Amino acid sequence: MKSQVSADEEPRHSRGKVASMRDAVAALVHDGDVVAIEGFTHLICFAAGHEIIRQRKRDLTLARLTPDLIYDQMVAAGTARKLVFSWLGNPGVGGLHAIRRRVEDADPAPLELEEYSHFGMVGRYTAGASNLPFFPLRSYFETDLPKANPLIRPIKSPYGDETVYAVPPLKPDVTVVHAQRADAEGNTQMWGLLGCQKEAAFAAERVIVVVEELVDEAVVRADPNRTVIPGLIVDAVVVEPWGAHPSYVQGAYDRDNHFYRDWDAISREAATTQAWLDEWVYGVSGRAEYMEKLGAERMASLQPWGMAPSGSVDYGVYK
Amino acid sequence: MSEPAVQPGAAGAPAFSKSEMMIVAAARELAGQRVCFVGVGLPNIAVNLARLTVAPALELVYESGAFGAKPARLPLSIGDPTIVTGATAAVSMFELFSFYLQGGLVDVGFLGAAQIDRFGNINSTVIGDYEHPKTRLPGSGGACEIAINARQVFVIMRQSKRSFVDRIDFRTSPGNLGGAEAAARIRREEGWLGRGPSVVVTDLGIYHFDDSGEMRLDSIHPGATLEQVRETIGWEPKVAEPLAVTPVPTAEELRLIREELDPEGVYTK
Repeated sequence: MKSQVSADEEPRHSRGKVASMRDAVAALVHDGDVVAIEGFTHLICFAAGHEIIRQRKRDLTLARLTPDLIYDQMVAAGTARKLVFSWLGNPGVGGLHAIRRRVEDADPAPLELEEYSHFGMVGRYTAGASNLPFFPLRSYFETDLPKANPLIRPIKSPYGDETVYAVPPLKPDVTVVHAQRADAEGNTQMWGLLGCQKEAAFAAERVIVVVEELVDEAVVRADPNRTVIPGLIVDAVVVEPWGAHPSYVQGAYDRDNHFYRDWDAISREAATTQAWLDEWVYGVSGRAEYMEKLGAERMASLQPWGMAPSGSVDYGVYK
Repeated sequence: MSEPAVQPGAAGAPAFSKSEMMIVAAARELAGQRVCFVGVGLPNIAVNLARLTVAPALELVYESGAFGAKPARLPLSIGDPTIVTGATAAVSMFELFSFYLQGGLVDVGFLGAAQIDRFGNINSTVIGDYEHPKTRLPGSGGACEIAINARQVFVIMRQSKRSFVDRIDFRTSPGNLGGAEAAARIRREEGWLGRGPSVVVTDLGIYHFDDSGEMRLDSIHPGATLEQVRETIGWEPKVAEPLAVTPVPTAEELRLIREELDPEGVYTK
């Protein structure tokens, strides 16, 4: 059911699904696709978003609960015709100016919006992942949201008089998930805020997993409760340390709050936004060069203050 | 941009800003509460102050999936890594919204807003027409389902004619709808778990909701005047008789805000 990215040089048995970001995006993201780069504040794969910009993908429908800076950048770069979302802002800072220019002034072109609440978006992925025709929830009563989005519809319980609201399944053509680690087959482990990365991955036709660290299968098998996404549904594994910057990876690096604040000024004008894209996206070959440009000092400033390892558990041996 | 600490404290008490008074007043309203769903922005600092003062047993729930968070620094966003380390549980958003919120475990949903009306209905979606907005705001996030499923809703926001309006431009989160009686009937008939808004804390005072479901100024902050209140509200506000004066922030409350919670003045400037 899943297409596979061809590994470059080494035989596939050793490299599994490991691919470069460039190859993974070229093979798995197509013009016109519904793309979900998920991760709620945590684990947002900016590296994949930037590669999609560099490859000049067009007419994408971008789905995410919180479009965040990554979709502001992708919208500014002209990759998207539509957003599916539930909270459109720069968390802790303010608005997303490139998106607002498209929505408020159609500058340089209109942007279609399909809007839900957080629970509605989570429910949409859940229905998509579970092969269900809708997801029921107790929300939207007496609000203007069903008027703004007629896909949010009331539905009567088959077991009584209660009415709840329904949202339709969301099945992205491709979901990108960032995580702490995976093995070469894409068995993926993450910790910290999980958002709805699991639901978005299971709902998708194709899945790209981007990780800080490639680990041996034995590492995954030693802690199966931590596996969020099985390799079964994964098409490509991209090893891209710091691929979530300026978002963060629990235990690896902190959110770059300064960049989130800086983006507010950068993105207020179309010209400064494009200049930033020229320098930091089009002007670099990939994430490694981006991080080199960011510099060791900035990277050091984003190290966690200290370590907080989990206790280990004993799964036992049974034979 | 930074707000001078102009309010004279009581005899011997330190001076404080309007924002600090608002945060302290909001935190005190959480006394005795158990589980609080924390929104982004001002609710974040008010709830964290409450945890360190009047409500030590308060479990903080962040929509990003942290339950029982014990942040070691003030989270700039509601998805900050500090809300995970040391938390009781880090759960998926599906579990958070389905089991914790819709399951009825949240006592207080703490929200901010761009616009609010006299009945506590909230707009955080657009200013102007939805299709052609003058200002596109963030939208619901989790606010819509929080307003419906949290047992009660607290609101914290600064007062202005633009934000306290006779008619909101878009209803993102329902409050007392057109009045308490109809709202109570609809909430019951539609199986909402929440009883709606119970307090609104602003930079000028504290409002609760009367039997008609309308906001009533119950306490005015020291230094604020009724004239200021009327100038910054889009309807003739109900005022309690007698009107209380909010007790000034204590030295310890101010120390916690300035030294521990928000040393950079992100929320208090």
